[in-house]
Amino acid sequence: MQIETKTSVDHISDGNGERVTVLRFSGDISSGSHDALLGTYQTVNKSQPVLLDFSKVEYINSSGIALVIQMLMEANKNGQKIAAFGLTPHFQKVFTMVGITKYASLYADEAAAKASV
Amino acid sequence: MVKLNGKPVELRVPSRMGYEKVAMGTAASVAKLMGFPDERIEDLKTAIAEACINAIEHGNHLNENLCVGVTLSAHDDSLEVKVLDDGAGISKLPPRPDIDRKMHGEEDARGMGMFLIQALVDEAEWVKDSKGHGSYVRLVIRLDKETD
Repeated sequence: MQIETKTSVDHISDGNGERVTVLRFSGDISSGSHDALLGTYQTVNKSQPVLLDFSKVEYINSSGIALVIQMLMEANKNGQKIAAFGLTPHFQKVFTMVGITKYASLYADEAAAKASV
Repeated sequence: MVKLNGKPVELRVPSRMGYEKVAMGTAASVAKLMGFPDERIEDLKTAIAEACINAIEHGNHLNENLCVGVTLSAHDDSLEVKVLDDGAGISKLPPRPDIDRKMHGEEDARGMGMFLIQALVDEAEWVKDSKGHGSYVRLVIRLDKETD
């Protein structure tokens, strides 16, 4: 019943020509998403900002949010900036409730997120 | 709005991760028929999903021979939900999650389900069966609550 999380990795440039990594998720973000989130994060260049694209994710539960927090912990240790975009208004509210916005800003779309880093 | 007063909607789902989405979908359909706005339906879906996940994982310990029961009772101004499992229930509510403690590894990154349930519905209570035969969480979400 759980829909597998798929992650693709893109590299884009911000307005100043700096490289930014984008992790694009689809499917469910749940307890089964460990490798798709944390495994993929381990492969990215830690010196570049990372954007998390949730625009193709429909279901996120607290176990999935915990994996996002674990990713933010790793990024925090590396001094790496992370921003997220594409969350539905409901999940923007949920992420705010649990305090994630203290460590990762949420944006409506990729352009706004890219401009922030 | 469709009047749904009468017999509750009941379903039983296997104690396997992912089946909480069956309960979510059913609850969303009932809430839609009752006239709940979309934002409140999203709140309800997340609350029911978290209640079912707790029942599957902590109540029934992922034993697929056990089912999680879900009862949806429509009232004039609210929807009452019970999520039942075979576990012993909880003695006290966990503390509110602290993102700073989580980020510094002082608190498990997980453990947000009950907090989310309480934050997203109007009433939430965890009840142990008086005879020790399982437990349930009872949720109430009201139609007239102003959306955020």
